[in-house]
Amino acid sequence: MAVSADNAVHRHKTVPEMKRGKKKHLTLDKLKSSTWIIVRTVLIIGLSYIILYPILLKISIAFKHKTDIYDPTVMLIPRNVTLENFQYVMETMNYFKVVWNSFVLSGSTMLLTTAACALAGYGFARFTFKGRNVLFALVILTILVPPQTIMVPTYINYRDFDFFGIIGLFNNGSGINLIGSYWPFMISSVTGMGVKAGLFIFIFRQFFKGFPKEIEEAALVDGAGVFKTFFRIMLPNAVPAIITVMLFSFVWQWNDVFFTTMFLDNASVMSTQLQTVGATIAHKLSTSVGGGVGAVDPFYVSMLVNTSILLAILPLIILYLFVQRHFVESVERTGIVG
Amino acid sequence: MLTRRSKMSLEERKGLWGWLFIAPWLVGFTLLFAVPLFQSVRYSFSELSLTASGLQLDYTALANYRYSVMQHVDYNRTLVEAVVNMIVNVPLIIIFSLFVATLLNQRFKGRMAARAIFFLPVILASGVIASIESGDYLQSAMMGGGADSNAGSGSMLRSFELEKLLLQSGMNEFFVVYLTGAVDRIYEIVSASGVQIIIFLAGLQSIAPQLYEASKIEGATGYEAFWKITFPMISPLILTNVIYTVIDSFTNNDMTMLIQETAFQQFNFGLSAAMSWMYFLIIAVILFITTYLISKKVFYQ
Repeated sequence: MAVSADNAVHRHKTVPEMKRGKKKHLTLDKLKSSTWIIVRTVLIIGLSYIILYPILLKISIAFKHKTDIYDPTVMLIPRNVTLENFQYVMETMNYFKVVWNSFVLSGSTMLLTTAACALAGYGFARFTFKGRNVLFALVILTILVPPQTIMVPTYINYRDFDFFGIIGLFNNGSGINLIGSYWPFMISSVTGMGVKAGLFIFIFRQFFKGFPKEIEEAALVDGAGVFKTFFRIMLPNAVPAIITVMLFSFVWQWNDVFFTTMFLDNASVMSTQLQTVGATIAHKLSTSVGGGVGAVDPFYVSMLVNTSILLAILPLIILYLFVQRHFVESVERTGIVG
Repeated sequence: MLTRRSKMSLEERKGLWGWLFIAPWLVGFTLLFAVPLFQSVRYSFSELSLTASGLQLDYTALANYRYSVMQHVDYNRTLVEAVVNMIVNVPLIIIFSLFVATLLNQRFKGRMAARAIFFLPVILASGVIASIESGDYLQSAMMGGGADSNAGSGSMLRSFELEKLLLQSGMNEFFVVYLTGAVDRIYEIVSASGVQIIIFLAGLQSIAPQLYEASKIEGATGYEAFWKITFPMISPLILTNVIYTVIDSFTNNDMTMLIQETAFQQFNFGLSAAMSWMYFLIIAVILFITTYLISKKVFYQ
């Protein structure tokens, strides 16, 4: 495996060269491979640095004291290490409550989306029925249509929600207003219409398609029903796909601004809080110092905003550290591959 | 005869189970996608106003479409910008992610750690965090001139030097500007290619190692092996990735911001629907053309 991939780049050897003496060939080969190893290492470290640098910078800024911003001798490592920024931001944002809200919202949509998409993906992968291909083309269509296209009708739909007129029967002919609650998220995830759910259905379908059919048949012969086969045999084997989908749906819901601002008026979830955090902090500073918003030090505000971003992505990073191993390994077997 | 009939009914029964499995999705699709989609078409052809009694629709034919193309201040410019950005970025992202995937597919110490780092942008570079980051001054001050002078001015210097070097070597000016632009926007490109790297990596791992062994015995160079084995084997995924990148670049940009603002700040729902429909049609046309062009070259096993 390693040889094959190494080959792709570092062996620029021509055929006559190969035919020459064995010893020379070996040293040349060695030289080339060690050069490539150096180049590769430099590239990987450099690119990792590009990815990690903003996060490191944020960590460094977050631990700095206010006076450190103006100290030209202070660069990355703060002189006066302090937790004041964290404390201030946590108080201003009402951090733990916001994290809890976000967690409840993202967690529940994650579970519902994964369940709905796994069912649909299995249905598309393993059963033949009329119109299956047309319906799957419609799944692809849901990926292609930008959510902005159906944004207004969706909003109106949830503002006056009615399920085939059933709710209207009990509520004097009008639906109920679900805007401002978590219900729109729950409804759209349980029906596989959440954030990028079409992609998840696609992933599950590809995964289940690559699964050997014999196992299912054996289960059927042994007397397991369709549901039992699905829950006892297919799902435990689909763990890589499940982890991938869960991680994606959690993270995308956590970072999502579009749906949260649309469905929740004054949401205290992380993504919408982050949008306004600069203004909130500036307001709080100006009222405590006095002298209006103009008197607030923009660099201090920026420092606090940086801290709040760090706090916002902290749960995600912790989550990623836990599932990272599974995730990275599972990628190899997920079968995102068409 | 008897067995055959019973098999048919088993197939049919299995088909029913299939309907049961996709039922939740089907309900969601009809109620939360198909119906809103048709409503949105209707809105785009009419003037929508929210009154005390509910919604009021006044049919105005193509007025919304005409207004957004002929009179709206920002629409055309934003649309062209979105398309140009897409055309500039997609090739870079595809080439970069294929390159990184080949790197990460090799065996070296700390491969797991490197992979974990390269997938990190999938988590962090989406939505609100990215948008705040771009408008933050302390960080940009630190990255630019101020505290950390190495990073900012260093990269400026580098791409100037590179540009001069490439121009002197007689390369086409267009390509030089394109390449140096890519170097300057490396963070943007890296953070947009997380999912694509994952897809390519999964694809690279599914290529049978025997192919490489055979080609090595036949005396193929690494370069040849890449273009004759890796590239064709991975070409279906290039198609997948191009489609994904195009969609991704169209889901969060100035255009979608404009559409949202028109709807929820100016409350001009009809105009917003018209804008988004034209936007969607352009995306569809672009996707159709790219898919057609690429799929002619794709090699299927």
